[in-house]
Order: sequence, then C-alpha cells, then structure tokens
Amino acid sequence: MNALTPHVAAHVAAQDAGRALVSLRDLRKSYASAAALDGVSLAVARGRIFGIVGRSGAGKSTLLRCVNLLERPDSGQVHLDGQDLLTLDRAALNTVRRRIGMVFQHFNLLARRSVADNVALPLELAGVPAAARSARVAELLSLVGLADRAGAYPAQLSGGQKQRVGIARALAGRPSLLLCDEATSALDPETTTEILLLIRDLRDRLSLTVLLITHEMAVVKAICDEVAVLERGRVIEQGRVFDVFTRPQHPTTANFVAEVIGTTLPDGALGRLPAPQPGTQRRILRILFAGPHASRAVISEASREFGIDLNIIAGRVDAIGGAPFGVLAVAADGPPGRLMQATAWMRGLGLAIDAIDAIAAEPAALAA
Amino acid sequence: MWLTPAMQDLLLDAANETALMVLAAAGIAIAAGLPLALLLQATAPDGIARHAAVNRVLGVVVNAIRSVPFIILMVAIVPFTRAVAGSSIGTTAAIVPLAIAATAFIVRLFETALRDVDRGLVEAAQAMGATRLQIVTHVLVPEAAPGLVAAITVTLVSLVGYSAMAGAVGGGGLGDLGIRFGYQRFMPEVMAIVVVLLVLVVQGMQTLGDALVRRISRK
Repeated sequence: MNALTPHVAAHVAAQDAGRALVSLRDLRKSYASAAALDGVSLAVARGRIFGIVGRSGAGKSTLLRCVNLLERPDSGQVHLDGQDLLTLDRAALNTVRRRIGMVFQHFNLLARRSVADNVALPLELAGVPAAARSARVAELLSLVGLADRAGAYPAQLSGGQKQRVGIARALAGRPSLLLCDEATSALDPETTTEILLLIRDLRDRLSLTVLLITHEMAVVKAICDEVAVLERGRVIEQGRVFDVFTRPQHPTTANFVAEVIGTTLPDGALGRLPAPQPGTQRRILRILFAGPHASRAVISEASREFGIDLNIIAGRVDAIGGAPFGVLAVAADGPPGRLMQATAWMRGLGLAIDAIDAIAAEPAALAA
Repeated sequence: MWLTPAMQDLLLDAANETALMVLAAAGIAIAAGLPLALLLQATAPDGIARHAAVNRVLGVVVNAIRSVPFIILMVAIVPFTRAVAGSSIGTTAAIVPLAIAATAFIVRLFETALRDVDRGLVEAAQAMGATRLQIVTHVLVPEAAPGLVAAITVTLVSLVGYSAMAGAVGGGGLGDLGIRFGYQRFMPEVMAIVVVLLVLVVQGMQTLGDALVRRISRK
C-alpha cells in the first residue's frame, strides 16, 4: 500500500512546502451528510502538471476549490508559494486569486459578453486600463488560436472553442498556477486531446504549474506528470504517472489504470485458440512491459529458453510521458514446471505478470 | 368623429394620467426593486453574502405586500400616502400605492431573473478575485439583463391593470374614465375606446419588451 498515514503525509507536506508551489496539509471538510475531504495532504511542485483522479463524489472538486478557497476547509493548511492562504482577509485573498487561473468543465463564460470581453473580464476586475486590456486580450486570443473569433459570442462557438476562451481568460492575469476543474469532461474525444495538448503546450511556454481534477485516467495519461488518486476524501495513491500506471498499488488505482491500458480480450478469443497439446497446461497471462526491458524481445526469448508456446491474444504498446510500455495478454502452453520457470524469469526482468485465467473465464470481467 | 370635443379632452387627460401613474410607479419599482432583489438573492443560502435573518425578513415583507389586494392596499396606506404625496387623492397620490405594489411584485420577478444566472459564472468571477460588488455589476446584473427586462415588461402590463383601480382614490386614468362614463353613464362607445386603447397599450408594451429581450440576449 502506498497510502500515507495522515501523520506521514503531514510531514511530507511540511517538507515540500518550501519548494512546492501548492502545498495542502491535512485538509478536512465535511458537509451535513458526509466527509468530502478526510485528511488530504498534497504538494504540487512548480512546473508540473498534477492530476487528481477519482470517481464522482470522491472529493476532487472540493479539494480543487480548497486551493483558491472557493471552498474553505474545516481544518488543515493551504499554502501557495509559501503563503498561508487561510490567514488572508477577503481583499488579500482576492489579490491572490488573481494569480490563480481556473478553467471549468462547463466553461462558465458570460453569455452576453463577446469572446474578447470574456477574456478581458479578469483584467477589468483588476482595474487594468482599457488600452492595456485590449493589447493583452489580443495576445491571449492568439495564444489559444482564437484571434479571429474575438467578436463572437459564446453561443456561436463550439465546445472546444469555448474552452479555449476559458483558458485564455484564466491566463489573463499571468497566473503561476492553473486549476482545471474537469476541463475536458464536456468535450468530445478529439477536442479533449486538442485542449489537453494546448494546456501542456501553455505549461511549457508560460512555465505554469497545473493542478487538474478528472474522472478520466486517459487525461492523466495524456498530460500529467504526477497523479494522486482520491477515494472517499482520501489520497489512496500518489506518484509519478508512469509508476502509478505501470505499478498500481491500490485496487481502485488498478481499476482506473485498466480503463486506459487494460488489455481487453476480444470476445470469444479464448474459444478460438487451438486446444492445448496433451500433457501441457495453459495459463492466460497478462504481461506488462515497462522499464529497461520494455523493448526486449521477451516473448520469443521465453519461448526459446523454456520451450513453451506463447500465443498473443491481445495487446497494446504505448508510452506515458515518452517512456514506452506494453501490455500483452498471452496464452502460455507448456508443461506446468516450465511455465512456472518462464514466469519467474520474466518477473526477474522486472515485468509484471498476472495470471488472468480466472478472470478470462468470465466474459463480463475481461477488461480487468 | 362621434365623440364630443369635451369627451375627446377627457380621454386625452385620462390617457395622460394612466401614462403618468404607470411610468412613475414603474420607475420607482425598478429603482427600489433591483437593489432589494439583489439583497434578497445575495443573502439567500447560496448567495454571495449569506444572511438568513435579512433574507427571511425581506422575504416576509415582500410576500405580505403582495398578498394584500391592491384596492385594499390603496386605502390601507392612506396615511403614508398623505405623508409622502401631501394628499391622499389624485393622480400623484395614486402613484404611491402603485409604486409600493409594483415594487413588491417586481422584486420577486427580478429575484427569479437573478437566480437564473448560472452559479458557475459567480464562481468563475470569485475565482478571478472579484469583489461582491463587482460580481453584482459585472456578472449578475448584466447576465440577468434579458430576464430583468422581461420582468419590467410584465410589471408595466400589471401596472396598467392596477392603475384602473386608482379611480378609487381619485387618481383618474383610462380605467376610471371607462367606469365613470362607459359604465355609470351608459356610454358604451367610451367603454369600447378605453378597452381598445388599453389592449393596444398592453400589446405594444409586450411586443416592445419581447423585442428588447431578444435583442440583448445572446443565447
């Protein structure tokens, strides 16, 4: 288990407070019915894209809103750039909020303002003079590729364009931190990719730190550097995205990961396999290739070395943050002893191997 | 023309009185109703300045005024009317109860229009560091504008109806003319003209209001 005890977590948060841009320490918040946050500590390092993933009701939305204090935690600490936000009065908090951009699932654009005027709103609120405002708005609109839609109204835009306006607006005050509240959940898959790549590109160009919440592991895989998995108001797992994807420690995390990189056996795949030779046993294995041996010809080597048949039923090869990994489902046929040796050898190379025979027998659970 | 010149003068005066009562009462109702509606909305449980006591008291007062039939409200507040308008009879005096009734009426309509502004817009403004006043001036009122205009239209139309009762306190106006001449003096042609005029006025206001709402909403 990678779940940190509250004590350890608090210690980690305190250590990180110095170098992290955002440091949350032992946040607790409960509503009338239930606890939304049950002791959450997190540190988001500068320049990172940090994802918080969880099912609906896990507390992610509350957690994100605690960073700019749209929600006040019942207890705990919120530090931004070393500053304790919970001690600020209303005016000081508003000043801090101007340095935090926020992007919303439903865009939250003002329907009666044009694209340019929507982007100008934060500048207006901050008292930026009109001339400087329009120069900055033009700059922002070209940054998100919407220079030609300045005069349009939100109702005339597609979802992806609306979110670009939302992003431009969030960046108007040159924030160091961008909060994304399910920023792509209302968008179709193609537009989602477009917006995610835009966010990553902006992070690189503007040295932003991004904290996003999502219920989709695909979003985490696409752009996050680090991820925390939230369940019932607690962080159950957290770490570098590649590590969490390739070595999930908690069953909930494993389920999340399986949504994106799980090897689903094609319907009836097992039935179409030729019957195993007499005297051999068949195991259905899921092999996860990651790390230094990810590119090695493990399957053919194992087949040669141990004299077993490895029949690939399903698989995918992918990369997370540039690091390659692959997942294969194979039917391994051979004498029981050889099969054991082969799997031990593969584990020795650092590959993760699960026997999925039991699961494979039940069609509904094939995705696992 | 089959109306005597005297009757034509009476009609013109009555139309002017109705216009004065309706427009003055509406002006006061809008000026007083918008801040009250904002207060009601802001102090609501999900508002930007939660305050249960203020919210409840204001709500009760508004509802109390709205539940009194206008004809009774008019006579019930006669002392107040006299203090404000200097007299309790006449067109000016009739404006006082009309304005009070219209304010209570429009507050609820304004409140509904303000409540229809997506909560997410307020949250977005808060995230930008907007003050509560800025949220009102930059988000709530402008985004609710189509709903506010629709509320004003409905209030104007209702005021035309209410103003017909102003005859009870000597307020004059078209409705009063219709009752006194058309009904009590058996002049059906006066009644017909009054009714046609009122129908035209109400239709005109509604059409203009709807057109304005369409023009300013960007949905």
